[in-house]
Amino acid sequence: MFSNLMGWVDARFPATKMWEDHLSKYYAPKNFNFWYFFGSLAMLVLVLQIVTGIFLTMNYKPDAELAFASVEYIMRDVEWGWLIRYLHSTGASAFFIVIYLHMFRGLIYGSYKQPRELVWLFGMFLYMALMAEAFLGYLLPWGQMSFWGAQVIISLFGALPVIGGDLALWIRGDFVVADATLNRFFAFHVIAVPLVILGLVVAHIIALHEVGSNNPDGVEIKKNKDKNGIPLDGIPFHPYYSVKDIVGVVVFLFIFSLVVFYMPEMDGWFLEKDNFIPADRLKTPEHIVPLWYFTPFYAILRAVPDKLMGVMAMGGAQGLLFLLPWLDRSPVKSIRYRGPYFRWALTLFVISFIVLGYLGTQTSDGTTLAINNTVMARIFSVIYFAFFILMPWYTSIDKDKAVPERVTSK
Amino acid sequence: MRTLIYALFIGLVSITSSQIMAASNGIHLDTVEVDLSDKASLQRGAKTFVNYCLSCHSASFMRYNRMAEDLGLTDEQVVNNLMFASDKVGETMTIAMQPEDAKKWFGVTPPDLSVISRARGTDWLNTYLRSFYLDSDKPTGTNNTIFKDVGMPHVLWQQQGYLGRDESGHLSQESKGELSNHDYNEMVFDLVNFLAYIGEPSKIQRLELGKWVLLYLFLLFLVVYPMKKAFWKDIH
Repeated sequence: MFSNLMGWVDARFPATKMWEDHLSKYYAPKNFNFWYFFGSLAMLVLVLQIVTGIFLTMNYKPDAELAFASVEYIMRDVEWGWLIRYLHSTGASAFFIVIYLHMFRGLIYGSYKQPRELVWLFGMFLYMALMAEAFLGYLLPWGQMSFWGAQVIISLFGALPVIGGDLALWIRGDFVVADATLNRFFAFHVIAVPLVILGLVVAHIIALHEVGSNNPDGVEIKKNKDKNGIPLDGIPFHPYYSVKDIVGVVVFLFIFSLVVFYMPEMDGWFLEKDNFIPADRLKTPEHIVPLWYFTPFYAILRAVPDKLMGVMAMGGAQGLLFLLPWLDRSPVKSIRYRGPYFRWALTLFVISFIVLGYLGTQTSDGTTLAINNTVMARIFSVIYFAFFILMPWYTSIDKDKAVPERVTSK
Repeated sequence: MRTLIYALFIGLVSITSSQIMAASNGIHLDTVEVDLSDKASLQRGAKTFVNYCLSCHSASFMRYNRMAEDLGLTDEQVVNNLMFASDKVGETMTIAMQPEDAKKWFGVTPPDLSVISRARGTDWLNTYLRSFYLDSDKPTGTNNTIFKDVGMPHVLWQQQGYLGRDESGHLSQESKGELSNHDYNEMVFDLVNFLAYIGEPSKIQRLELGKWVLLYLFLLFLVVYPMKKAFWKDIH
């Protein structure tokens, strides 16, 4: 009965073929470790954000007069509204934590290298879309940080020569961030950018499944196949990795729930204090900082004295990530078999990213402390850029080790 | 390479030390542990709130009947004892004073207090309400150590009495109020507790539900982890 039904469907739509190609006969290396949980977790958080977002949209009012109150209405009067809102606000930060760990995995195991350049590029575009999505969404609660954060970031476009001023005006739809801005940000946040993200996720996964997954050893498992053409070191994604990823999901949800139920503000890191004050265009908060996931780039922006140069440095900091597959000249993928230069470079890069992230949260009010922080931000910005710019050099002269033929067990 | 590591190390040390400096630069706040399960405290805080705050300040996101439910009161008790500014128990805590008038009288519109505990923090509120001192330069006759030139007068002067401030910034009792120092602190605690409650009424449900969700996920882990082990036993 069921096979008849599937036969009927398969003659019209490749359901079984898709199931096999992407799950039951998609052979993934058997040696995935801890770092390989974050791809599926990113998918989970994406679904969570979409579902909670749909329910939030049912009660949220994208209107400068009503937005702030409608969020509090959701928090108080809507059944389970508080939970839906906290899942969404915590989900935003969780998304970036998961994505940063997912990208770090790509860095340490060389997952961006040939033949996975397109997987990396689609992933980078996803990361850009995610940042846009987070920035747009942050305006919606219409608190002081929403308003002033958007005001600062949009004004960056004003730094561009000739068209800058008009461009910023065009983006805002008004001379300051206002109702028109809120409306268009809402439209982009709930429709435009999510559509882009979904399309890119599909492209990211299709590209990945075309070339096959990398692994902690950076060995191509397709080089060693048995007589049926199945990689010797490969196991079907389903059931092996589906049951494994479920464990990752449960552990993730446990940690996620700890935050949602016991510290949804995360001491100001996930929900900023000033955002509980309604937007007021006449009152500038003392200390405007973006949420934590933007702060490394914000620190780079502020490290450069000239505004236009700062904007370009910030864009460059993100743009260089796209070029990674072509900057890395080493024949070796995984950090396990890389030489000391790359290991040191990556360590310094990670430290600079974290330190810049911290510095981006600090005030820039001209005190000695702020000046020290600016000096620090400059030093670490240089390290950040050096990681990329010097990469063709240090990866080509590095003392890489011999890579094994087959994957090793953990 | 070695110099780089040194530079990095010095960098990290200077960051941590600057953070400590920043922490000590801040104004000292008297910390307070709010307790939303203390219904008696919340009820006393509600009484203080509706009597002393809710004529200039609104709490326009907070409904009276929600408060009744969460504080263990009946709707009648709330209507008869705590509801002076509205007609129906399903209404929110709004006030009759017009924002434009308030601005004329105080120089600033008193902010809505619905989420003030989340914007300012409970430590700040606890300190603020106990830091009014006499200042003859101010039209209200008082000033506040942590909110300089605040537009709000010392509303609770009958309870606390007035404090004076010496050159070093130290506050001391100038005239006695109806309450002892200890009782006034208790009164402020109850009020801050209540403000914390109206800042997020659903926090009561949130904390209650959280442990069940975590327990469920823990039990689920006990199922899915052995399941993974069972599937993987032949993979080496």
